[in-house]
Amino acid sequence: MKTETIVDLKHVGKSFRSADGTARAVLEEVDFTLHEGEIVALLGQSGSGKSTLLRIMAGLIPSDAGDVRYRGQPLYGPARGIAMVFQSFALFPWLTVQQNVELGLEARGIPPDERAARAEKAIELIGLSGFEGALPRELSGGMRQRVGIARALVVEPEVLLMDEAFSALDVLTGERLREDILELWGSGTMPTKAMLVVSHNIEEAVLMADRVLVFASNPGRVRSELRISIPRPRDPNSHGVRTLIDEVYALMTVTRAGRAAEPAIEPSLTDRLPEADVISMEGVLELLAKQPFNGRADLPKLVEESELTDDELLPIANASHMLQLTELAHGDIALTAVGQLYVAGSNALRHELFGKQLLRYVPLAAHIRHSLEQEPSGELREEHFLKLLSDSMDAEEAERVLRVAIEWGRYGEVFEYNYHTGMIHLPEEDVEPPKEETAV
Amino acid sequence: MSNICKLYRLLLRVDFNPHPIPVTVANFKQFFPRQVVESSGNRWDMLLLPPVLGLIVLLAFAASQMTRPYQVGTPIPLSLDPWVLPYYLLRTTLRMFIALGASLIFSCAFAAIAAKYRAAEKLMIPMLDILQSIPILGFLSITVTGFIALFPGNLLGVECAAIFAIFTSQAWNMAFSLYQSLRTVPPELREAAYIFQLSGWQRFWRLELPFAMPGLLWNMMMSMSGGWFFVVASEAISVSNQNIMLPGMGSYIAMAIEARNLHAIAWAIGGMLVAVLIYDQLFFRPLLAWADKFRFEESNGQNAQESWLLTWLRRTDRIQNVGLKFVALLERSLTFFRRDYDGTSVRARQSTPNPGLIRAWDAIVAAIVLIAAGRLAIFIHSEVGWGEAGYVLLLGFYTLVRVMVLIALSAILWVPIGIWVGMRPRWAGRLQAVAQFMAAFPANLMFPVAVMLIAHWHLNTEIWLSPLMVLGTQWYILFNVIAGASSVPTELRYAAQNLGLSGWLKWRRYLLPAVFPSFVTGAITASGGSWNASIVAEYVTWGDTTLQAHGIGSYIAQMTAQGDFPRIALGIGVMCIYVMGVNNFVWRRLYELAENRMHF
Repeated sequence: MKTETIVDLKHVGKSFRSADGTARAVLEEVDFTLHEGEIVALLGQSGSGKSTLLRIMAGLIPSDAGDVRYRGQPLYGPARGIAMVFQSFALFPWLTVQQNVELGLEARGIPPDERAARAEKAIELIGLSGFEGALPRELSGGMRQRVGIARALVVEPEVLLMDEAFSALDVLTGERLREDILELWGSGTMPTKAMLVVSHNIEEAVLMADRVLVFASNPGRVRSELRISIPRPRDPNSHGVRTLIDEVYALMTVTRAGRAAEPAIEPSLTDRLPEADVISMEGVLELLAKQPFNGRADLPKLVEESELTDDELLPIANASHMLQLTELAHGDIALTAVGQLYVAGSNALRHELFGKQLLRYVPLAAHIRHSLEQEPSGELREEHFLKLLSDSMDAEEAERVLRVAIEWGRYGEVFEYNYHTGMIHLPEEDVEPPKEETAV
Repeated sequence: MSNICKLYRLLLRVDFNPHPIPVTVANFKQFFPRQVVESSGNRWDMLLLPPVLGLIVLLAFAASQMTRPYQVGTPIPLSLDPWVLPYYLLRTTLRMFIALGASLIFSCAFAAIAAKYRAAEKLMIPMLDILQSIPILGFLSITVTGFIALFPGNLLGVECAAIFAIFTSQAWNMAFSLYQSLRTVPPELREAAYIFQLSGWQRFWRLELPFAMPGLLWNMMMSMSGGWFFVVASEAISVSNQNIMLPGMGSYIAMAIEARNLHAIAWAIGGMLVAVLIYDQLFFRPLLAWADKFRFEESNGQNAQESWLLTWLRRTDRIQNVGLKFVALLERSLTFFRRDYDGTSVRARQSTPNPGLIRAWDAIVAAIVLIAAGRLAIFIHSEVGWGEAGYVLLLGFYTLVRVMVLIALSAILWVPIGIWVGMRPRWAGRLQAVAQFMAAFPANLMFPVAVMLIAHWHLNTEIWLSPLMVLGTQWYILFNVIAGASSVPTELRYAAQNLGLSGWLKWRRYLLPAVFPSFVTGAITASGGSWNASIVAEYVTWGDTTLQAHGIGSYIAQMTAQGDFPRIALGIGVMCIYVMGVNNFVWRRLYELAENRMHF
């Protein structure tokens, strides 16, 4: 089957300047082609540059390296044939539904009568008739996103970009909207010739896309590509779809150098600690230990059972793997021996075990503890560690990583942090011995 | 689901029809609010038409009075008869609104340029900071002769000078607020505007100005009270050897003070109260209620403004149509100033600015600043002398102490009251409006009364003149604290009750932290206003009695009266340094503290 190329990216790279002036690569050597008649999904953990890539294609940010072409022409800014649906809807709150939908037409100088007619058609198409005069603030999230979609469709775009378009909606609303869009797409009469969907929901990506690209982070690049040829509408419970979802989970949880199964793959001081909330981690590990999992689970099943989203559960899975409380392999997660002990233990034991694992497997935490122990006062300014981290990541990311380390450190009772003073310090009872020493 | 699909197919057939559905009156109607379409309309039109026409006639009359022939040196006949007050009020109001219009245009141009060009921004923003702290008299003394020369033999020149003086008390904070709003437009809305190919002009009207509207209106209200505060100085022009009194409220007050006529002062206060009330009801309240739709955050919408006038206007038919005509005109301009190319055209290619050029520009700016600083140093050295410069710094310190002590005192007074009121929803709404009203009232009208009291009991001027500085600005603290206290989450209140918090613990752990952010907001405004007010408050006259406190304000006022330019410049410069220093080292810190740690 020969299809026309719409958007073509070759060796695209993008880096952002961090506060101290050093460049940090967000994307590196990305090759990507969007053909007519296909839906492509971009998956990846936060910080993998998939949103940046989407914005480069939208013409919102220029790439630093490589070549971006739309219909063979270089792309310097937003092209008329490309429209976008935003995660936060990005509706103008002071314009009515009708005016919001007309916005793109007005910008093109289309006369008011034609504008109104086309907008009304788009509004009807997306199921919002009767709400033309409403302000966005009067609508629910799902209806707002429908306005966002109508606004994009009314300009008859060739390419529709969706930036996590369903993730701000509740599960049911998101599913319905997704099905509606797929139905429009399937009817073959949509002016849109290709869709690009950025998502963190694995099931959503597998149900929608003809191709799924999984991004690796730091710097962002395409790690692997998966073609899906199951005809739509796809049944999320069918064997084919389940296998695919498993496969994507396996791809997404490959940590660092490659094989996840082997423990201790040279953890480094400046690892980007996954954004995992310890209390949720506790809950997930407990769930994993119970029936029906008994210590080993298929990740998609665990997602379902825990009622967490993919972007909440995956960091937890990665974090618990990092701490060797679980191990990850081929989209499965299993408790380690320490993990079993942890789940069975009392609160005090859990904190202690967590602290031990933390010092053993997370070099940043160990380094913080080590540095604090050398201080007579047992405390250090957080800036020291932020500086250390920002050598290899931007300031915002460094801040985030340190927050995670502090949360883990507090939970494991390895060190504490004072929000008001910005000092990291040893837990209270640990400070006492050196004090007595100095007294002697 | 399949319904939508069917609908879609059905519609698509229409889609390929080259002639779009003609828009009939019937389906056009639904784009307008119901009131417009359905109301019989004319009833409201009939009611509102006479006042509207009357207003137009009055304004036309006042405007014609502004362009009468006039020779410099001949005094304009003025009277202290209370019956001329409405006429004077009209003249002053017209000046105020012309100045406000000019400020609005200036703000739009300023903010648009500063937000668009990095190079211009580097120069314009610090300049605005400086302009903001120059007292109005400074501008007047420099420009008045020029304006008079502009329209020889006509009153218009003097009118322009007065309007310009009012403009300088209104424009800066409006421009700054608009600029800040333009810089903080939510990124996803900006992206949407780019994606849908909005041109710069379209972006300004569809995105940037609506987003900035609430902040801009708020600052317009502040500007208006600022304008009233300096109305005496701007109408009774007595700088640079000129002595002109324009018919207006300001001149009336100036005359009453000179003649020691307490009755006239009382009339002026009464007239002022009425004027502020009319402004509030006929102008700002409707504007605020209208601007409610530009609120960006959907969450805090508890206190939506209401205005009977706006509701009335919205019910009219004809009068509203006039407004809609303007909107239609604006919308036509939107389609006219559109972008003809998209991101694939070579015109969309961003030329990366030459780093050399940027550096050269920075160097030029730095050089200008250095040269200016050098010139200033030489100037002070030759014209004033370093001894006096040091003395002026000391005077600035006196005023600093006054401002800080008084802000602290009014905080002690108003914070508990504000919390008490804010916790009682029935009172909060009403008293907040009263406090807002008090802030708009020019407090310097009360000064003569204070002077009489001080002179009568022979009080120490250094101490007793100081409260005048916060007379008008303390209200900002009060109404911000009321607003803060009334927005304390209900659950937090219940929790405090449930835990049985009481006494000092309740204040320290719950009430004070809860209103801290709004207190800081109010105190910043109050402190800025107090510095400005010091020029009027530290140097007060009542007939031939002049009371004076040592401070930077009285120094500037005195030097302005003498027309001593080097010393005016020195005083203004020192005051700028103090205001910026306090903003940087005190208020910004407190603001960050409130932002980071004490909000819900």
